[in-house]
Amino acid sequence: MAAPVKVYGPPLSTAVSRVLACLHEKDVEFQLVPVNMAQGEHKKPDYLKIQPFGQVPAFQDESITIFESRAICRYICDKYADKGNKNLYSTNPLVKASIEQWLEAESQSYNPPSSALVFQLAFAPLMNIKQDEELIKLNDQKLLKVLDIYDQRLESSRFLAGDEFTLADLSHLPNTHYLVSVGNRGEAFSSRKNVGRWWNEISSRDSWKKVVEMQKSK
Amino acid sequence: MVMKVYGAIASTATRRVFATLYEKDLEFEFVPVDLRAGEHKQGHFLARNPFGQVPAFEDGDLNLFESRAITKYVAYAYADKGTPLICEGKPMATVGVWMEVEAHQFDTLASKLQWELVYKPMFGMAKDAAVVEENEPKLAKVLDVYEARLSQSKYLGCDCFTLADLHHLPTLTNLMGTPLKKMFDARPKVSAWVANIMARPAWAKVLAMTNQQ
Repeated sequence: MAAPVKVYGPPLSTAVSRVLACLHEKDVEFQLVPVNMAQGEHKKPDYLKIQPFGQVPAFQDESITIFESRAICRYICDKYADKGNKNLYSTNPLVKASIEQWLEAESQSYNPPSSALVFQLAFAPLMNIKQDEELIKLNDQKLLKVLDIYDQRLESSRFLAGDEFTLADLSHLPNTHYLVSVGNRGEAFSSRKNVGRWWNEISSRDSWKKVVEMQKSK
Repeated sequence: MVMKVYGAIASTATRRVFATLYEKDLEFEFVPVDLRAGEHKQGHFLARNPFGQVPAFEDGDLNLFESRAITKYVAYAYADKGTPLICEGKPMATVGVWMEVEAHQFDTLASKLQWELVYKPMFGMAKDAAVVEENEPKLAKVLDVYEARLSQSKYLGCDCFTLADLHHLPTLTNLMGTPLKKMFDARPKVSAWVANIMARPAWAKVLAMTNQQ
């Protein structure tokens, strides 16, 4: 049996948790390797060898070392295509095209405002950094516009890419979790009928519950 | 039925798709979207891209938006035509990494800089020097990583030209027309890579589209 794959970084990191959620969905055994970010371990030469931008996560299996959470997720789905949730990153080209479209939408339209808000609302207070009210206001507005588009899409589609839960939905879990819990932005999601339904469904998945447990315990 | 690209010739995202189609020698129909008239925010276009952005794409019954999803679709669906742009097997994992690097590390900064240095002047708007001052050093750090990477690999993803390199072309070309060119010139491996990918015939065809307007 192959050694478990390695994920470097703390589960509290949104990007790390994106990979953890994917590993749980695909039933792929993994080992979490701690990276002491408070001590700047991620900026030290040993770590920079595996992630030259000094960010988490990084990933290793017996054949390769890679980084960038969405690239890691795609790799896991490609390599372990026959394991766990097979619909996560469908091998059907037309379905895959739709998944890629919504994965890019997450990456380009959802991630920027939601990441900015997660930092301001969830992490800045913990780091004794003063919140930037202007930035919060600006990104709240951007987020709501994106959620309006999602609500329209999810009116006619159970999940973003179609009828099945895919990587495109999964990719939203980490930031959204912080927004609705610590970030007090739950109403933005629950007040939109389809977005509310979608968020409840994807955040109730066993894979995500496991990640949230990991976040609580580390 | 021929593939359609809905977009604008000057749009970097639309150019990403044009570059891919030219690399693969694929026939397509360009359907201009009048950005100045706000056509991209009107109902008939929103039906193609609910985010109201160009490009949108059509191949038979398949409709797509997001340039990087479109280029990927084309590269895989027409894998046997023209330049491969992707790899078989294990190397594709690393190509995938550098495609994400372009999207998250390079383009976020490069887009802000091109807005200040290329587009704002075009629209007669004043440049925000603070934005340039903030993002230029960040881009420098990213290019340092690129320099190290390109010392180990001929192209970003692997030893051949792939989408990981191609996706940079539109924004890169814009920045090379600004004083920021010096940042790319200052790093030998990066400079050689830039010269190499910008010299590709398919990219010349994309730039020639501007002259045909």
